[in-house]
Amino acid sequence: MATLELKRVDKAFGETRIIHGVDLAVDDGEFVVFVGPSGCGKSTLLRLIAGLESATAGDILLDGARVNDVAASARGCAMVFQSYALYPHMSVYDNMAFGLQNMGVARDVIAAKVKAAAALLRLDELLQRKPTQLSGGQRQRVAIGRAIVREPKLFLFDEPLSNLDAELRVSMRAEIRELHARLGATMIYVTHDQVEAMTMADKIVVLRAGRIEQVGAPLALYNTPANTFVAGFIGSPRMNLVPAAAAVAGGARLPVAAAHTIGIRPEHAEVAPDGPLAVRITQVEQLGGSSLLHGRIADDLPFEIVLQGQTGVQRGDTIGVALPVERLHSFDRDGRRL
Amino acid sequence: MQLVSRVMALFFNLFEPVFRLGQRLLGTSRLGWLFVGPNLVVFGLFTFLPIVINFVYATTGGVKLMPFERPFTGTENFAVLFECRDYFDIQTCRKDVFWRALFNTARFSAIQVVLMVLFSLATALVLNRKIVGRGFWRGVFFYPVLLSPVVVALIWKWLLQSQGVFNAGLVAAGSTPVDWLTDANWAFFWTVFVSIWAHMGFYTLILLAGLQAIPRELYEAAEMDAASPWRTLTRITLPLLMPNLIVVLVLAMIRAVQIFDEVFVLTGGGPGSATTFIVQFIYQTGFAEQIHLYGLAAAASLVLAIGLMALTIVQLKLTRAASAGQRAR
Amino acid sequence: MLAFLTRTRGRTRLHWTDWASYAYLCVGLFTMFAPIVWLVMSSFKTESAISLFPPTFLPYSQKSVAVPGHDAPLPLYLVRDAEGREREMAQMRRIGIMATMVDPREPAAELRVNINDRRPIRELRFAFSNYTELFAKFDFGRYLWNSVFITVVATLLTLLINSMAAFALSKYQFRGQKAVFMLIIATLMIPPTIILVPVFLVINGVGLLNSLWGVILPAIATPTGVFLLRQYMLTIPDELLEAARMDHASEWRIYWRIILPLAAPALAVLAIFSIMWRWNDFLLPLIVLSKSEYFTLQLALNSFQGELNTQWHYLLAMTVITLVPVTLVFAFLQKYIATGIASAGVK
Repeated sequence: MATLELKRVDKAFGETRIIHGVDLAVDDGEFVVFVGPSGCGKSTLLRLIAGLESATAGDILLDGARVNDVAASARGCAMVFQSYALYPHMSVYDNMAFGLQNMGVARDVIAAKVKAAAALLRLDELLQRKPTQLSGGQRQRVAIGRAIVREPKLFLFDEPLSNLDAELRVSMRAEIRELHARLGATMIYVTHDQVEAMTMADKIVVLRAGRIEQVGAPLALYNTPANTFVAGFIGSPRMNLVPAAAAVAGGARLPVAAAHTIGIRPEHAEVAPDGPLAVRITQVEQLGGSSLLHGRIADDLPFEIVLQGQTGVQRGDTIGVALPVERLHSFDRDGRRL
Repeated sequence: MQLVSRVMALFFNLFEPVFRLGQRLLGTSRLGWLFVGPNLVVFGLFTFLPIVINFVYATTGGVKLMPFERPFTGTENFAVLFECRDYFDIQTCRKDVFWRALFNTARFSAIQVVLMVLFSLATALVLNRKIVGRGFWRGVFFYPVLLSPVVVALIWKWLLQSQGVFNAGLVAAGSTPVDWLTDANWAFFWTVFVSIWAHMGFYTLILLAGLQAIPRELYEAAEMDAASPWRTLTRITLPLLMPNLIVVLVLAMIRAVQIFDEVFVLTGGGPGSATTFIVQFIYQTGFAEQIHLYGLAAAASLVLAIGLMALTIVQLKLTRAASAGQRAR
Repeated sequence: MLAFLTRTRGRTRLHWTDWASYAYLCVGLFTMFAPIVWLVMSSFKTESAISLFPPTFLPYSQKSVAVPGHDAPLPLYLVRDAEGREREMAQMRRIGIMATMVDPREPAAELRVNINDRRPIRELRFAFSNYTELFAKFDFGRYLWNSVFITVVATLLTLLINSMAAFALSKYQFRGQKAVFMLIIATLMIPPTIILVPVFLVINGVGLLNSLWGVILPAIATPTGVFLLRQYMLTIPDELLEAARMDHASEWRIYWRIILPLAAPALAVLAIFSIMWRWNDFLLPLIVLSKSEYFTLQLALNSFQGELNTQWHYLLAMTVITLVPVTLVFAFLQKYIATGIASAGVK
């Protein structure tokens, strides 16, 4: 059983406050992703949970027990680092066995566990090699194996895939998801890539400047973003945010009359010759299966449209865009969802 | 400033024609010989030539300085140095000071190097922590390294005077004054202590550089791996520091074997020959005694050279083994 | 202030290991600096103050006062007289355990006092004369000049010929170059201690015995220097030289006007090393210079401690002067030294 609870957690380095009163609950077996732009404090939050930093205020509870004063080595968490942090002078086997040796586990038990983890991650052939003799993806798997072998309460991943090339990243994403399904462990995963967040998470925590903007299942965040920041962060390409006045001026119907800003995702905007919004196309990107149109509306504000299939629209054309009312998101003056 | 640039310009103009001529005669690429020439001349005259002549001295006898005035004696000098009626009793050796010097040097090197590396390591480990003003503290330990050996020896000689501050402290504490530098065992102790005091900072610097090259993330990973501070030190830090440790060990050993300056001023080799080391023996034999026995001194320096060569070979072997075990961090 | 002092990574409280570390560092600070502070303090003591046992930290000397009727000033004491009062009195003479004291204001009235009933009056006195008399009584100025001359000239020559050699080895390709480089590196293995006698012969042979040049010349071709400068010069782009050659610059001009200025940081490091080596040099000068007018500071210090075993006040002052230049280099250029050694040590 591994539940995590953060209550009004604060973290400051000297005068600078990084984390502002974060509250969070993670259930046993959940795959939670911390996502946000750089500097939002997601790695710091992860390190607070791991025990590598100590919170300035608030409570961190693992399985109901307060662990603020418990050292990292005693919390029963395992971390996979962005740069893998493999011990360069030890073989793969020793890297994975180190944690268990520190805990005084018997040698044959260690051997069995390491072999099992190695089999799971297809590292059997590489056990005697040193990290410098491995490829990036193999090192990544050793780092994961090192975490698995300890059977921790909580797995912590700190942007583990950012050092891999795109193709490897995609396959490793699937592997990690599979691992989660197989082990059923609680995992917290930090990334700046919202695609990773959307594809891997049971629950996403969106962070900005040390505050939680929204917590929820991926589709919940996609369909009902709590504010303009989440709306713009989740989903690619970004949601179009248009001042309500501009939309109304074109004749669109608003779901909420008092809205200050209207949001519509590029994939939901429909091309309609008599549509309320006039978009002057500046760039057309044809990917074959879909087309991405970059354009500008009144006041030179950017607007993007994603169309299925291929299009005849050209640069310089002005097209009309319909704003289906059921697809519109309304935000008030402060960017909060209405 | 005007004067300086005028002098520099003069210097420049002085040599330019020489090199232009050289360029014409030798061609551009072979001009390199002209540039490296002065260095080679000095090396040749004052390093390589002496190496050769050393053998001449070692194999000749007599008291003349000029090699061609010295009679050839073959290995007699070595025989004299090594002649002992009973090899287990130094007193029976013909040149018992030589044996004592060898023994003292070996004893000194073994003790001093081990202790100094330990202290340097401890200091480097402390300095590697997140402390305020690391640059200042590093400087503190490094300052004595810059002092001349003579100054170092005099500072401590003053402290260890029979009327000096150390004895004053003893008397104040109710004890009796000690003959710090005139008692054989204490004198030896102080040669070890003073040389560690004076040189520790240098090795601390090298070890600190090695420690700082270890990525902090490895320590965090070790923390997550439930490693106690001791296990982190012995299983992570020290193995990764091994190449630097070996460099330090060998450098310290090579220097310890050649110790002379500070000991000579601190104790003069005394009392008796309790703190006479091999380089002092060479100096004494060749330059300080009534009769300058150049042959013996040269023979002794060849013995020292062989010892140093052996140490260097050991160093190469150890460094190669260590880096093979690591294979490019 | 306390917050500044207790700033540590992440954690808000100090671990006991942090206290232990600072304690270790403070002990280290004391061990490294206290002897030097003691040296400096002692160097300001008068001859009599130096022989005081137990010694005081600050240089105290006994006050003395001029008393009419006496040629020299008399030492001043605090005397407890018959009524138990304490009076300042000067001592005329002392025989055994009885001292004859006079009140300076009434020089006629003498008082005989047991030596246990009097305490010397001390005042803080810095004996700057220890330093100034060095130049007057001993040939100190000459020794200082010898050291300075050797250090400066040797450093300049070292910089010159080492940089020339490094230039040749880094920017030229000529036959036998590799062998030359190997040879120079091999010299690193040959410490001067094993060729003492033949070096003496060579110096004698070129007639430089008992000459400052005999100490300067043998040591200017340092392999460390060549190695250091060569490493640095390798990073200077060859295109600069090629462009200069196209401009009909002679090789010497290229060396002088392009390479040297660009190699300034490495030259600075080598200069610092050279200054330290030459200023502190002992063994070579010891065998080369036997006439005292050619002594360097180090040799002078060494010879004086035999002669002047009792004149510590002069010896200490000399020692302090000898360590001042190196201390200045340390204070201002510590960064360069540290980085220079770290990179050389990595080699």
